[in-house]
Amino acid sequence: MANNILAFAESRGGDLRKVAYEAVTAARALADATGGEVHAVVAGPSGITAKAGALGTYGADAVTVVEHPAFADYNPEALAAFVAERAKGGGYRVVVLIASAQGKDLAPRVAGKLGVPLASDLTTIRLDGDKVVGTHPVNTGKVIATVTLTANPAVVSLRPGAVTAAEKPRTARIETAAPAGDPAASRVKVTQTIAGNTAKLDLGDAPVIVSGGRGLKAAENFKLVEELAAAFGNAAVGATRAVTDDGWRPHSDQIGQTGRQVSPNLYVAVGISGAIQHLAGMRTSKTIVAINKDPEAPIFKVADYGIVGDVLEVVPALTAAVKAAKGH
Amino acid sequence: MKIAVCIKRVPEMDVRFKIAPSGTSVDETGLKWDMSDFDGYAVEAALQLTEKLGNGEVVVVTVGPDAAQETLRKALSMGVTRAVHLKVDAIPFDNFAIARALATELQGGGYDLILFGKMSIDSSNGAVGPITAELLNLPCVAAASKLEIANGKGTARRELEGAAELLEFPLPAVVSIDEGVARPRYPSLKGIMAAKKKPLEVKPAQLGDLRMTVSTMALPPDRPPGRILGEGVAAVPELVRLLQTEAKVL
Ligand SMILES: Cc1cc2nc3c(=O)[nH]c(=O)nc-3n(C[C@H](O)[C@H](O)[C@H](O)COP(=O)(O)OP(=O)(O)OC[C@H]3O[C@@H](n4cnc5c(N)ncnc54)[C@H](O)[C@@H]3O)c2cc1C
Repeated sequence: MANNILAFAESRGGDLRKVAYEAVTAARALADATGGEVHAVVAGPSGITAKAGALGTYGADAVTVVEHPAFADYNPEALAAFVAERAKGGGYRVVVLIASAQGKDLAPRVAGKLGVPLASDLTTIRLDGDKVVGTHPVNTGKVIATVTLTANPAVVSLRPGAVTAAEKPRTARIETAAPAGDPAASRVKVTQTIAGNTAKLDLGDAPVIVSGGRGLKAAENFKLVEELAAAFGNAAVGATRAVTDDGWRPHSDQIGQTGRQVSPNLYVAVGISGAIQHLAGMRTSKTIVAINKDPEAPIFKVADYGIVGDVLEVVPALTAAVKAAKGH
Repeated sequence: MKIAVCIKRVPEMDVRFKIAPSGTSVDETGLKWDMSDFDGYAVEAALQLTEKLGNGEVVVVTVGPDAAQETLRKALSMGVTRAVHLKVDAIPFDNFAIARALATELQGGGYDLILFGKMSIDSSNGAVGPITAELLNLPCVAAASKLEIANGKGTARRELEGAAELLEFPLPAVVSIDEGVARPRYPSLKGIMAAKKKPLEVKPAQLGDLRMTVSTMALPPDRPPGRILGEGVAAVPELVRLLQTEAKVL
């Protein structure tokens, strides 16, 4: 039985992403259990090799890098071919990816090329003899499935943030490799990557999320949500579908069953009723605060702390109090 | 234009689930069932594409037990041309096995486009579409939030964390559909009547070995009951105090 673990290290725009370190951290824990090595793979445009050493800090023993101009944007076909080729070549026990937007697209392709199922979006992973066992929230997070993989290799994607990147420093052997086939010949081509507001904290990374619902009454009032987020300093702004449907906020801000699933340390629900489809995206947040004028609103059932009142009055007062608490 | 849409029958989610005595599935007593949300968007997208072109055929395919024929009939009542039921006793969790059954059916079917929902709302793996594409060696876009087809070519948009990407691909292709592409229509009475006479073919599903199984299902720990701190602006200082001292998030 192979003991080594393969980790896919995601990059965007020539830089490694935080999830790359999460993948290597998870792979390190598995390799420590098997007594094997962690091999990471990275693909990107020219210059990405210089970034690869950082993966050693998180426990990669070796990093294989492929540099090619056709990897400047996400290149799903060429990347899947490359990862699958490495996975076949090395005789790996587990192939670890992270279920980020890119990983959700890449991981099933890699599994398909290797002829095995994919255990997606796991929140935990461990080895059990020759099996791989993970937990995976199903039915919009209302049920937790424990999934057993007997496929070889086991291909898994972990939920972003399920593993906290932890340093286990070593000097990784860096090797460069040629792509599998011609990456410029991919049938599916990314013609443009539209950068969001880079100053804006992503919902997946933000320790605090302030989210607004239809209780705000009008698009202009969303500035109250933005001001509260700004007072926390480390916060991103989310929204309900009612709000994204009305065009007050872009669809990418939507939290819930059909939007983003988030688990920040603090989730502040402003004028949100707490429909089941919204709860599906935020019920695993560590602390939940709800502000709603209706004491019967279902959001209060999941909120640790609730205030019954008009958001147009309560939120500005809360913003001022948070600013004061933060000393500014 | 010939489009296949792969759909799944799933329980409605607005309930408190119970775990079955086996401990490996949810208790199905009293559950209501419907087409998985994203699959509904995919059916709608397929119907809109063929309506816009003024010709074509939309075929729905499902892997499921006998009861999954209700889900196929719903798609037929929305306007789909015909349906294929790949029959199993219970839907396995192994997404490769499901993809294999679908690919076996779709292979050689002459489809220009094969659509999926971006994931099923119950098992939430998001893998069947892209794995099917690999088995059929077709170009694939997963979780498209916009989709356009013209002149034998497709363009799509995918949402990323704080960004988005635009993609281009040749047909035939596999695309899995995110919300945003199309809201599913409600079947009309006429549609429901017509669906009863539309062809629905039943075949055994060719699953192969199962290498991913559910060993247990459990309910997540309950959140501790929340507290309403008070009313209006007067409750703000207490909230800030608790965020600092109890939750330690401020
Ligand atoms: C298939 C499907 C998928 C869905 N996916 C999602 C999803 O991913 N995410 C999502 O969010 N929704 C989703 N929904 C929609 C969901 O069912 C709800 O309709 C939506 O979440 C409601 O948004 P809301 O809370 O902003 O609005 P409402 O339900 O209208 O609630 C507004 C709340 O504001 C309160 N309020 C009003 N005025 C004030 C005031 N002045 N001060 C304080 N409080 C006030 C009201 O008491 C009420 O509780 C989905 C629905 C379906 C059918």
